[in-house]
Amino acid sequence: MFKVTIDGKTIEVQEGTTVLDAAKMLDIPIPTLCHHPKLTPFGGCRLCIVEIKGIPRPVTSCTTPVSDGMEVTTSNPYIEDLRKTVLELILSDHPNDCMVCEKAGDCTLQELAYFYGIRENRFEGERRIYTKRDGNPFIERDLEKCIMCGRCVKVCDEVEGVGAIDFGYRGFSSKICTPFGKDLNCEFCGQCVAVCPTGALTGKMWKQKGRQKDIKEIETTCPYCGCGCSLTLHVRRNEVIKITSREDTLNEGWLCVKGRFSYSFINSPDRLTKPLIRIAPKDQSNPPLPPFVKGGRGGINNSLLVTRYSSLFREASWDEAVDYIAKRLKTLKDKYGPDAIAGLSSARCTNEENYLFQKFMRAGIGTNNIDHCARY
Amino acid sequence: METILLKNIENPNSADIDEYIKAGGYRSLQKAIEMQPKAIIDEVKKSGLRGRGGAGFPTGMKWTFASSDPKTPRYLLCNADEGEPGTFKDRPILEKNPHLLIEGMAIAGYAIGAEYGYIYLRGEYPGAKDILDTAIRQAYDRGLLGDNILGRAVRFHLSVHQGAGAYICGEETALIESLEGERGQPRIKPPFPVNVGAWSKPTVINNVETLSNIPYIIETGAEAYSKIGSRDCPGPKLYCVSGHVERPGVYELPMGINLRDIIYTHAGGIRGGEKLKAVIPGGVSTPILPPDKIDCPMDFVNMPKHGSMLGSGAVMVFDDTVCLVKVCYRALRFFDHESCGKCTPCREGTGWLSNILGRIEHGKGRDGDIELLLDVAGNMLGKTFCPLGDGAASVVQNFIRHFRPEFEGHIRDAGCRLQN
Amino acid sequence: MLSEKAIKQVDEIIARYPAKRSAVMPALYIAQMEFGWLTPEAIEAVSEATGVPKATVKGVATFYAMYKHKPIGRHLIQLCTNVSCMIFGAERLVDIIKNKYGLEAGGTTADGRFSLVIMECIGACGTAPAMLVDTDFHENLTEENIVKILENYK
Repeated sequence: MFKVTIDGKTIEVQEGTTVLDAAKMLDIPIPTLCHHPKLTPFGGCRLCIVEIKGIPRPVTSCTTPVSDGMEVTTSNPYIEDLRKTVLELILSDHPNDCMVCEKAGDCTLQELAYFYGIRENRFEGERRIYTKRDGNPFIERDLEKCIMCGRCVKVCDEVEGVGAIDFGYRGFSSKICTPFGKDLNCEFCGQCVAVCPTGALTGKMWKQKGRQKDIKEIETTCPYCGCGCSLTLHVRRNEVIKITSREDTLNEGWLCVKGRFSYSFINSPDRLTKPLIRIAPKDQSNPPLPPFVKGGRGGINNSLLVTRYSSLFREASWDEAVDYIAKRLKTLKDKYGPDAIAGLSSARCTNEENYLFQKFMRAGIGTNNIDHCARY
Repeated sequence: METILLKNIENPNSADIDEYIKAGGYRSLQKAIEMQPKAIIDEVKKSGLRGRGGAGFPTGMKWTFASSDPKTPRYLLCNADEGEPGTFKDRPILEKNPHLLIEGMAIAGYAIGAEYGYIYLRGEYPGAKDILDTAIRQAYDRGLLGDNILGRAVRFHLSVHQGAGAYICGEETALIESLEGERGQPRIKPPFPVNVGAWSKPTVINNVETLSNIPYIIETGAEAYSKIGSRDCPGPKLYCVSGHVERPGVYELPMGINLRDIIYTHAGGIRGGEKLKAVIPGGVSTPILPPDKIDCPMDFVNMPKHGSMLGSGAVMVFDDTVCLVKVCYRALRFFDHESCGKCTPCREGTGWLSNILGRIEHGKGRDGDIELLLDVAGNMLGKTFCPLGDGAASVVQNFIRHFRPEFEGHIRDAGCRLQN
Repeated sequence: MLSEKAIKQVDEIIARYPAKRSAVMPALYIAQMEFGWLTPEAIEAVSEATGVPKATVKGVATFYAMYKHKPIGRHLIQLCTNVSCMIFGAERLVDIIKNKYGLEAGGTTADGRFSLVIMECIGACGTAPAMLVDTDFHENLTEENIVKILENYK
């Protein structure tokens, strides 16, 4: 264990702890932009710079491991002057449109500008102008708001192992690039969106759906697969407008494309919310429903689709539906034997539900014809 | 003085291995592989040789650090990315005396226990690439490189890795990144390359000139070597003089020679008898000196005491026809162009310093611009990720420190008097 | 796709290093020779030959100033305008090239003969101003001799 003194407060920490983490343990705030606790250190933004007794140059606290007896100063006029200048320099090249920015209120850069009281900027001049041209339905990339912290590049490489983006060009012209500057073509997991400290990366479907006001945050579990990632639903007027995940969860805040972006089914008119019982037999002479094609539903609008289904089914209560299933299963079992029936369950159900289902099939129906997408 | 580094370069075939051997070449390698590696390192330590790349770190110490790290394999890199504006001292070695470098590297490789060496050559020297490739091939053919050097169980393989136009790759960790096929952005230090360098292995990176000193040290011994030059910084040094002097060029002189002597004795004084206005003694990044401050011994220890640095020994001389605001602006455009973009103060700061200097130079300077320049520079110096940002900041600070009236004049007169 | 000869060259280069990735820069030079400039196919070929993701290859290629991201002329003029060359009138030389060939910095002549790139220091400060044409150094340039030198490149 190493004893380290930060701003006069002393703490014992494990070898290898960074100065930044040690300060966090002491509840001493150090501003950061490029640092992310789950990614390898970068040391680029220079905001977390601190002074250490005996070292002539100030160092970045995110990259410096503590040593025994270290004495750290996290704030003095010399350091704060640098922090303020760094923020001014970043903001000199940043669209000043917080009013309409998706990220406002949840933006690290905005928050720091607020704390450092940067209103007037001594630097004014040309800004980098980049056109947005991504056509994908998930991720909005606004490179003008990019501060080159590199978090998106790191998360794509270190967490996802995809490497869809990387730094390109050099110096003032550097920017985050896809191969050949084409549209983003990746898994669209949106991890980059989750780690972006500014409004450079946002979800396309979040646009103008609401920011902080009147938003309720509801913790839940992702229904898509058995991993059970924790989700935070951002709900406004009973509508899910965004999904995030907290870093202190089992999934450490990481999500996939489905967990993060695929929530439009919740309020979809296509969604079944009540049991349906078939009222007309499948009729081969009926023309088949138009296939699901990319970019639309074969030209058919949703209401028409519902009407067509409704003409084959009627709504029922749960009691009636369960009674109906029980009756039909019994009839089939009596007539053809238990092995005529098979059960297929889903990874979206909990372990307990899956256990009960196989129990029902084996003990209730009396068959071993039971399977599951992840196998029993 | 007997030339050591530029020996024999007047010979038009000096790059050829036969000419080199005829002039006594590769005798040191023969001598070295009969020594214990540790004895070689001790000899280099005793010689007092300091790295000629600009930082002046004791070479023997660097070798000790790397060779005492138990991780293997170890690597030896030669930094031939001389990109500091004003610097062209390594070029004569690379183009005219490549075997001196190869011999130095083979000895260094044996001393530190490195079996692979790479010469990181800047992309701007395409001629040197061919010359080095040929020289390396010749050395392989004569058994001076390869698996059994001079018939002994000593292995050293050498190849050239060509850069592609990035000043930052002269910074040793950026050089390693570049060698590994990455963007040349510096790494976090520590760990230092001597412990975690190329491919995460112990790595020694030495400048061309540094490695070219090795054969002489081995041949004549540390004691004789340390008698050359100044006490704290022994050895010969290549000074490359450019700008308004009668005889610009590369001069091999003892370390610690007076800056005034370099300009007035060796380089023939100011061209056309004009008046001296300023000198940059060690490449663009080093602090500029006014004419009354050039009586200083040019070595790593003494230059800081005289308000500048030895840097790469690139002496740039300006007579009084030169607009120093323009020079400063051009220097900052260079830093802006070469900033790697990794850290904010350098990426944005070099851009702004260059912008503000541009408007002053073009007659659009505003009141308070000089203070703004100093403020930005002050917030870069010592706070950027690597020394590139320091260099940019220090250029601005020192130009203004010594030549402030010229900057003020540009703002007041809305332009340059010298050019109108 | 790279030619068979180029692939062989890349493989030879890969063998010099303990990691394949180190061959990215040399492979970019080879691909640039093959394709004339770093076309999307060239980047893809380098990515394939070295096993490095395309976005990363692109990132490396755009970091270094000497890789070409658009077609260039038959002869590449790389003229230094850094401090030592500037004080000896390198900027005038840029104007001369512009007037004589209608060639702007970063551009290519209409007939595809020359491309002009403004360089940072090329290490010829003692013989300033200087330029590289293709791989040849030309030093001690003057307003008079520069055109004569360029006229040797057809």
